[in-house]
Amino acid sequence: MNAQVKEMSKLALLTAADLKEIDSEIAKYPEEQRQSAVMAALRIVQDSNQGSLNQDLMDAVAEYLRMPPIAVYEVATFYSMYEHKPVGKHKVCVCTNISCMLRGSDGIVSHLKQRLGISFGEVTEDGKFSLKEVECLGACCGAPMFQIGKQYYENLTPAKVDEILDNLD
Amino acid sequence: MANEVCFSTIDKKIPWSLQTYREQGGYDVWQRVLKQKTKPDEIIAEVKASNLRGRGGAGFPTGLKWSFMPRSAPGQKFVVCNSDEGEPGTCKDRDILRFNPHAIIEGMAIAGYTLGATLGYNYIRGEFWEPYERFEAALAEARAAGLLGRNILGSGVDFELHSHLGGGAYICGEETALLESIEGKKGQPRFKPPFPASYGLFGRPTTINNTESFASIPYILRNGGPWFAKLGKPNNGGTKLFSVSGHVNKPGNFEVAMGTPFSELLALAGGVRDGHKLKAVIPGGSSTPVMPADVIMDCTMDYDSLAKAGSMLGAGSVIVMDDSTCMVRALARMSHFYYEESCGQCTPCREGTGWLARVIHRIEHGHGKNEDLDLLDDVADKIQGRTICGLGDAAAMPVASFIKHFRAEFQYHIDHKKCMVGGV
Repeated sequence: MNAQVKEMSKLALLTAADLKEIDSEIAKYPEEQRQSAVMAALRIVQDSNQGSLNQDLMDAVAEYLRMPPIAVYEVATFYSMYEHKPVGKHKVCVCTNISCMLRGSDGIVSHLKQRLGISFGEVTEDGKFSLKEVECLGACCGAPMFQIGKQYYENLTPAKVDEILDNLD
Repeated sequence: MANEVCFSTIDKKIPWSLQTYREQGGYDVWQRVLKQKTKPDEIIAEVKASNLRGRGGAGFPTGLKWSFMPRSAPGQKFVVCNSDEGEPGTCKDRDILRFNPHAIIEGMAIAGYTLGATLGYNYIRGEFWEPYERFEAALAEARAAGLLGRNILGSGVDFELHSHLGGGAYICGEETALLESIEGKKGQPRFKPPFPASYGLFGRPTTINNTESFASIPYILRNGGPWFAKLGKPNNGGTKLFSVSGHVNKPGNFEVAMGTPFSELLALAGGVRDGHKLKAVIPGGSSTPVMPADVIMDCTMDYDSLAKAGSMLGAGSVIVMDDSTCMVRALARMSHFYYEESCGQCTPCREGTGWLARVIHRIEHGHGKNEDLDLLDDVADKIQGRTICGLGDAAAMPVASFIKHFRAEFQYHIDHKKCMVGGV
């Protein structure tokens, strides 16, 4: 029984749109190097799964790219942008590294924690926001800053944070 | 004199467009090279004459690096751009990607032709979505204009270029970890030798340069190597992008001549935050040794001056700290970073960065022991030089320099279980 389950294909978990996008990534690399698309594939699949991965999805990526599943798990757990637990609709990634710290990221973090009622690594009850502490995001001259989804927000103040969060659906 | 090279489009209406880039002579060199089939040796000689040194932080002469490439070796060869900008304090490549992406493309295309590579990748850190989209749009423009692809402008020369998005890992800024990452693996650095020029991406000869280095190439070849060299000072050619962050009135990226006095750069950034005095500066990103105010105020911003004063130019990432800064806290944050980002491959780094971070954390929080400063020096010393890549050294160097220059502050934390400064 177990053996049968293991052999079942999980490719059906990947949508046609995902596969099309993954194919365009595969096409960037020499023909025998499908594995090079694994980082993009994980990102694409994660984006269509409300921002996080699970083992079935990683297995599906492994199958599609003809990689051993363990090689996909290694990548998915090495890089910090892949999530293995559900995240909020809006993942707020706050930089607290040196340049942001010098310009008051502590105040931004405590304001966020208070407003959202959660700590780092947690999701609000309504699933709208999650909070993550991240290392330098390379926007040091706009410190303090955070990233929500794909967007950077710089030169933050508590008032600006409120305005940004108020305007998110 | 500012914004003459990588930032030369920045004041234009649409800085990133192909039209803007062409109006300043963009792709003229690329077209000339394709038409005249310029000898690769001539191009390398010009790059050597420019005294351009690798802008990612190591400062290795770019022309010399190019000359290591076995460009007539059979089979596929690659050029790779390192846009995995992640050194705390550094945010210059992001602005080149956003505001002058065509300079990177032209620089990489010329490098591809020169080094015999028909395929290139620009490795952009995964968080840089806006810069990635800007770069992708520029690639589409260049392809549509026939400047990339097969048999470019009928020359018989092929060059294709793609971006590869990272996934969040500082270590991938190390060139061999970056190659592993493009191959779809964990970003763990390789042993060197073999160097990428002989065994690089997919085991093929590969030349990797930083974003700012590649973006400088078209300007160097347009105006001549000596022109670029003369913008700077001997052995430190050209201009450099400096990211000035921290306690200044106007943080920002500034493209100025190599050898610009630190005091002038500080003035460009609006000077130290109002009402405060300069305490210390990390001149080249968090991995470079910290410098007390009086030392850096006498320096010029170039490889040689900062090295002579005991630090490094690094990526030109100037982190300014005023008199309200607790140096223990600052070091604690940076040490936490290296602990987070160690790839775990080498024991001294994997274990040592954790030790450093924990000991500094306990000093900061009033639980330090008298022997801790010696312990930190000892752990840092045992990491340095004992790892495959430079991350271990990068974690150790700030510790040694902070304790060297601000030992009294650390001792105060241990003795009084509180901070002598009281702010950040």
